[in-house]
Amino acid sequence: MAKIVVVTSGKGGVGKTTTSASFSTGLAMRGHKTVVIDFDVGLRNLDLIMGCERRVVFDFVNVINGEANLRQALIKDKTHDKLYILAASQTRDKDALTEEGVGRVLEELAKEFDYIVCDSPAGIERGAHLAMYYADEALVVTNPEVSSVRDSDRVLGLLSSKTQHVEKGEGRVKEHLVLTRYNPMRVEKGEMLSIDDVTEILAIPLLGVIPESPAVLSSSNAGAPVILNQETDAGRAYDDLVARFLGEERPHRFITAEKKGLFGRIFGG
Amino acid sequence: MAMDWLKYFRGEPKNTASLAKERLKVVVAHQRDGRSNGPVYLPRLREELLSVVRKYVTVPDDAVQINVQREDGLEVLEMNIQLPEAD
Repeated sequence: MAKIVVVTSGKGGVGKTTTSASFSTGLAMRGHKTVVIDFDVGLRNLDLIMGCERRVVFDFVNVINGEANLRQALIKDKTHDKLYILAASQTRDKDALTEEGVGRVLEELAKEFDYIVCDSPAGIERGAHLAMYYADEALVVTNPEVSSVRDSDRVLGLLSSKTQHVEKGEGRVKEHLVLTRYNPMRVEKGEMLSIDDVTEILAIPLLGVIPESPAVLSSSNAGAPVILNQETDAGRAYDDLVARFLGEERPHRFITAEKKGLFGRIFGG
Repeated sequence: MAMDWLKYFRGEPKNTASLAKERLKVVVAHQRDGRSNGPVYLPRLREELLSVVRKYVTVPDDAVQINVQREDGLEVLEMNIQLPEAD
């Protein structure tokens, strides 16, 4: 039985695609056959982050419309043979995704894969709705910033009402908080919401904290998910996140300010 | 401690993170009105009340607030209808 995991947030630019890319790569690295689907119809980007943009021939909408089969549209990842990417279409037709069509494709994928990761578009329109509709679990990506937290709360409201599991009375979607762009130095100075602040407000379990890191940009520049770069803080934080998702106990890292200045060292504290 | 008076001299703004948290608590509580807390009919009840009120006065969407509170085994339905100020 495949598990369907949506990566969602409401707000744009908080790290959904970065998280989808590293999360799915991490699952594949651990031996799980994984497919990651870009639901952002019209604004395809996952292919760039995964570094497979030149190999997109057919996309998600082609498969839904029967213009291509899954075998033709699935792109095999360049480094992990258990990982496949299904790109979003660049069509401007917002109605290209249908509930029935998405359901049909997910059902077919579920026969072959262990994990289906749905990279949601920003907003709460059709694409975002369909990305979460069939989900078993959700990664809610949030920045420690007021608009992002508020939007995540909105999305949590949708996850608790607008999914197939809830509509059929089969229970609810399991929610996980992924706090991204976390800067412990600024938290310590009182300039940024802390992990406790955000978890208290959103009231869902914390799966991972990804520190604000230059590695995220350099990875996207290179088209290689940041989790592949285990030299970096963000890469290691994503590795922890995947391990935790799979049931391993791992303490959170990179959540306290690392170095104290000279002043701090002299006065202790 | 030593940092406190330094902040005073530098004229730094006070803790903005706690300000953010307080503001978020308010908007989130508002967003959650009738969501998880309370009977399922609450949102519909609120909508219907709003349309009844609107037969008589023009009010904004958030004019009708309802809340269910449990106290000592008693369920209390609290309703708050805010009318616009008379011109």
